[in-house]
Amino acid sequence: MKVGVVVFPGSNCDHDAWYAINQNLNRPGHTASAEFIWHDAHSVGQVDAVILPGGFSYGDYLRCGAIARFSPVMQAVKKFAADGGLVLGICNGFQILVEAGLLPGALIRNAGLKFVCRSVGLQTVTTNSPFTSALQPDQVLALPVAHGEGQFVADDRTLDQLEAEDRVAFRYIDHCNGSMRDIAGILSSGRNVLGMMPHPERACDPLMGSTAGLGIFESMLAYTQQGVLVK
Amino acid sequence: MTITPEIIKHHQLTQGEYEKIVSLLGREPSYTELGVFSVMWSEHCSYKSSRIHLKKLPITGKYVVQGPGENAGIIGIGGGWVVAFKIESHNHPSYIEPFQGAATGVGGILRDIFTMGARPIAVLDSLRFGPLSNSPTAERNARIVTGVVSGIAHYGNCFGVPTVGGECIFEECYAGNPLVNVFALGVCRQEDVFFAKAKGIGNPVIYVGAKTGRDGIHGASMASAEFTEESKQKRPNVQVGDPFLEKLLLEACIEAMKTGAIVAIQDMGAAGLTSSSCEMGSRGDVGIDLDLDLVPQRETGMTAYEMLLSESQERMLIVAEKGREQELFDVFHKWGLDAVTIGSVTEGGNLRISHKGVLEADIPNRALADEAPKYDRPHNVKPYRTAPLDPPATIPASKDLNADLLKLVSSADLCSKRWIWEQYDYQVRTNTLAGPGGDAAIVRVKETGQSIAMSLDGNGRYCYLDPREGAKLAVAESCRNLSTVGALPVAATNNLNFGNPERPEIMAQLVEAIEGIAEACTHFETPITGGNVSLYNETLGEGIYPTPVLGIVGILKTEAPIGSSFRSVGAQLVLIGGFRSTDAQRFGSSQYAKVVLDQLWGLPPALDMDYEKRVHEAMREIAASHLVESAHDLSDGGLAVALSECCTAAIGARVRVSTAERPEFALFGEAPSRILVSTMTPEQTLSILLRHGVEGGVIGVTIEERLQIEYEGTMAIDVTTSVLRESFEGALPALLHTQHAV
Repeated sequence: MKVGVVVFPGSNCDHDAWYAINQNLNRPGHTASAEFIWHDAHSVGQVDAVILPGGFSYGDYLRCGAIARFSPVMQAVKKFAADGGLVLGICNGFQILVEAGLLPGALIRNAGLKFVCRSVGLQTVTTNSPFTSALQPDQVLALPVAHGEGQFVADDRTLDQLEAEDRVAFRYIDHCNGSMRDIAGILSSGRNVLGMMPHPERACDPLMGSTAGLGIFESMLAYTQQGVLVK
Repeated sequence: MTITPEIIKHHQLTQGEYEKIVSLLGREPSYTELGVFSVMWSEHCSYKSSRIHLKKLPITGKYVVQGPGENAGIIGIGGGWVVAFKIESHNHPSYIEPFQGAATGVGGILRDIFTMGARPIAVLDSLRFGPLSNSPTAERNARIVTGVVSGIAHYGNCFGVPTVGGECIFEECYAGNPLVNVFALGVCRQEDVFFAKAKGIGNPVIYVGAKTGRDGIHGASMASAEFTEESKQKRPNVQVGDPFLEKLLLEACIEAMKTGAIVAIQDMGAAGLTSSSCEMGSRGDVGIDLDLDLVPQRETGMTAYEMLLSESQERMLIVAEKGREQELFDVFHKWGLDAVTIGSVTEGGNLRISHKGVLEADIPNRALADEAPKYDRPHNVKPYRTAPLDPPATIPASKDLNADLLKLVSSADLCSKRWIWEQYDYQVRTNTLAGPGGDAAIVRVKETGQSIAMSLDGNGRYCYLDPREGAKLAVAESCRNLSTVGALPVAATNNLNFGNPERPEIMAQLVEAIEGIAEACTHFETPITGGNVSLYNETLGEGIYPTPVLGIVGILKTEAPIGSSFRSVGAQLVLIGGFRSTDAQRFGSSQYAKVVLDQLWGLPPALDMDYEKRVHEAMREIAASHLVESAHDLSDGGLAVALSECCTAAIGARVRVSTAERPEFALFGEAPSRILVSTMTPEQTLSILLRHGVEGGVIGVTIEERLQIEYEGTMAIDVTTSVLRESFEGALPALLHTQHAV
C-alpha cells in the first residue's frame, strides 16, 4: 500500500503518520510505504490511500480547516475520493474533510473550552468499512486525542442518517469534548472516506504505550491490497 | 535631540554608564544610539550584575559540544547526533499579559533552538504563581495561571512541539511576580549545527520571517526593572506571537540550512534587530551595515529607533554566501515568508545603521555586545531572610495523620497538575516515552537508539532559607529524577530568578545560589551549557524567594520506561537510600510545615552529595538491570506523599515504618537521596545497593486498593487508593473553580 500524506503549511502530525506507515505498519507480510504530498500539488499521484494529518493547517485562522479546503491539493483529494480512493482525515484532517464537504457536520470548540490531550476509550461501531474491517464489532480502542476543536455537531436528521446508514465508525466511551451522540469518527456515504478526531498514528508503536491504532491501518492495507474487507 | 539626564534615566542607564558610552564612541550618542545601548546594556541582555559570578559555573565536560555564549548549549548523544537545549524566562511579560507573555516565551526559546539547526522535540516549563486560595490575590492569580497555561498550550501545540513536563508551585511571593521559565530541546546531526558568527566581508545580511512592527519596544529594559504601578501600563511592551508563522520559519530555516548557503544565523529575540546583528558581528569580529529602508515593515512611519528596538516575533537574521541569496529566497518564498537582503558584512567592526539616507547609528559591535558594564555589586552580607532559624517551641503533634496526608496530596503544590498538562499536546512527533506527571520526561531520538530524559527543578523555600544549600538540592533532585528513570545526567541549563541585585542581601542570595549550583554541578558532572538570569523580580519592593531553576538533561537507551506507579500486587517495596532522618529545624522547610502548619522556619534538608551520587549510580544500575516495576523519588511531602503518588493505578501498599523520630518527621520529612522502587527481586536490588554503599531495605509490599502505613506498631495511615486519587486529581480544578474533566 502506498500512502500519500498531505503536508499543509502548519501540518504537524504529518511526520507521525508517515512514520507509523513506514516504520510500524511496514513489517514482514505488510508492504506499506508513505510519501509526502505538498499542499499546492494538483494531483495526489499514484497512491492507494491519502492521509490528511493533524496540525494547524494555514494556522487554522477563521475556522479549523476553513482555509485548507481551498488548497489545490484538496481539489485533487476530492477527485481521488470521488473515484473511490481511501481518504483518512485525522484530527485537523477530519476538520478539513468536514469543511471541504466530504463529510457532514461540523467540529466546534470542545465543550470544556480547552485543548485536551489524553488517551480515551473508543467503541468500534462498525466493522463494515475499509478502515475498520480488521477490528472486532464493539472492540474498545484506547487512542489519544489532542485537540481544542473536536466537538462533533450536526442536525438531528444528519445524525439519524449517519446512524441509519451505519456510518458512525467510532464513539467515545470516555467523554472529552461533548460531541453529539459521542461521535468520534464518521464515514462518507461511499464508505471510502473516514474522518476521526483521535490519533491512531500515535498508537502504532509499542514504545508509545499502545498499538491500538494499528488495526485501522491494517484494515486499509487489506482493502488496498486485496480489494476486500478483512473478514 | 539633546540627551538630557531625564532621557538617560528613562532608558534605565546610569550616569556612569552614559559616560562609558561617550568614551567608547568618542562622542555623544544620538538618540537612536542611546536606545540601542540601553537595550544591549540592560540587565536582561548584558548580565551585568551576574556575569562575574556566572564565571564560577563549570562549563566543560565530555559530552559538551557547545557551552555558554551561543543561542543554546549543545551536547553529543552518540552516533554523531547532538541535542541543543536551553531555558529562558518570560516572567515580566507574563505578569502584564499572561497569555501572550507566556506564548512568546515559548516562541523565543524555540527559535534559540532551531537557529542552531536543531529541530525542537521537547518543551518543559517551570511555573510559579501566587496562591489560589487564602490570599487576597487568589482570583487574580487564578486568571494568571489560566492565561499562562493557555498561552503555552497555544504556542507549543500549534508549533507542533510536545510539552512533556515541568513543575508548578504556588507561593505568596510570586503573586506580583509570576515566574514562567521555558526549557526547549532540539536534535540534529553534529555537522549540521549552525552558529551565529558573521564572516566574509561583502556577504549579504538577510532578514527573514515576520514583518517588523512597534510591538515589544523596550521589552528587554522592562524585564530589567522592578514593577511599579506604572508597569501595568506597559502592556504594549509585550509582544504578540504567531505560532503558525514560527512553524513555517522552522521548516524554512531547516530547509534553507541544507542549501549550504547560510554562513551564520541568529534569531531576533530581546532587542530584535539590534542584538542579532551586533552579536553576530561581534562574534565574527566584523562590521555590519544595515539599511532600515529595506526592512519589511508592518506599520508605516516607524523611526530607526523603533525598528531597532522592536521585539516583533518570528524573525531571523541570516548572513549568507554572496551570490547564493536566490537559493535562500526560493526556500523562504516556498513557505510564504519574507526574505530580503537588508545589509552586508563589512570591515572595521562597526554596526552602521542607515535610514532614509541618514546614518542613524555607528557603534562598534564589541561595545554593544561585549563592553557592557560588569558590576561586582555589594553582597558581603547575609542573604535576605526573615524566617526564624529555630523551630517553634512546640511543633504541635498531628491529630490525624490520615487527614494530614490528604491535605498534602490535595495541596496546590503537591496535587496532580493534570489540569495544566492535558492542555498541552505532549505526544506530537510520537517520541514521548514518558510525558508529564512522572519524575522525568523522556523523548526518544528516532534516528538513534538513544533517548533523552529531562527534568526541571527548583525549590524557592529551600533557597530562601539557604540559597547555597537550596541550589545544591535543586541540582541533586534534578539528577535524582533522571536517575530514577534510568538516565545518566550529563549536562544542565539554569534559570536564575531573583529580586533586585542592587540590594546587597538579594545579591548575596544570587551569589550563594550560583556558588551552590557550581559546587553541585561539578560534583554531579553536569556542566552548565547556558541559561538565563532574570533579576528585578520585585513588585512594589516585595521580592520573590530566590528561585534558581535547574534543567538537567540525561541520556538513556530507548526502551519502555520505568513508571512511577505500582504495577502489580505482591511486589516488594525497597526504599533506596534508607529512611534518612529529619530534625525539627529542617522540618520547617517541608511542605508539611507549609500546608498543615502554615509556617516556614529553619533550614532546608541536609544534603550529602557523595551519598546522593551513590544513590543515583545504584538506581541507574538497578534500572539497567530491569529489576524494578516502578521507581519514584522522594521529594516534596516525603515518604507518605511519594507512596500516595505511586498508587495512581489502583494498586496500593502496606508499609511499616520504624524510626526513633516523631511520626510527622518520619512520614513527611523531605530528606534527599531517597528513591522508592517496587520489585519482585528484592535480593538482587539490595545487593546492588550494598555494592554502592547505599542503605536500603524492604519497607513493605504492594496490595490491592489501599495505602496503609504502620508507624511503630500502630496504623498511622489507612486510606483507599480511590480516595487518594480523588484528592490528588480533583484539587487543582477545584482551586481554579473549573470542571474536573471535559
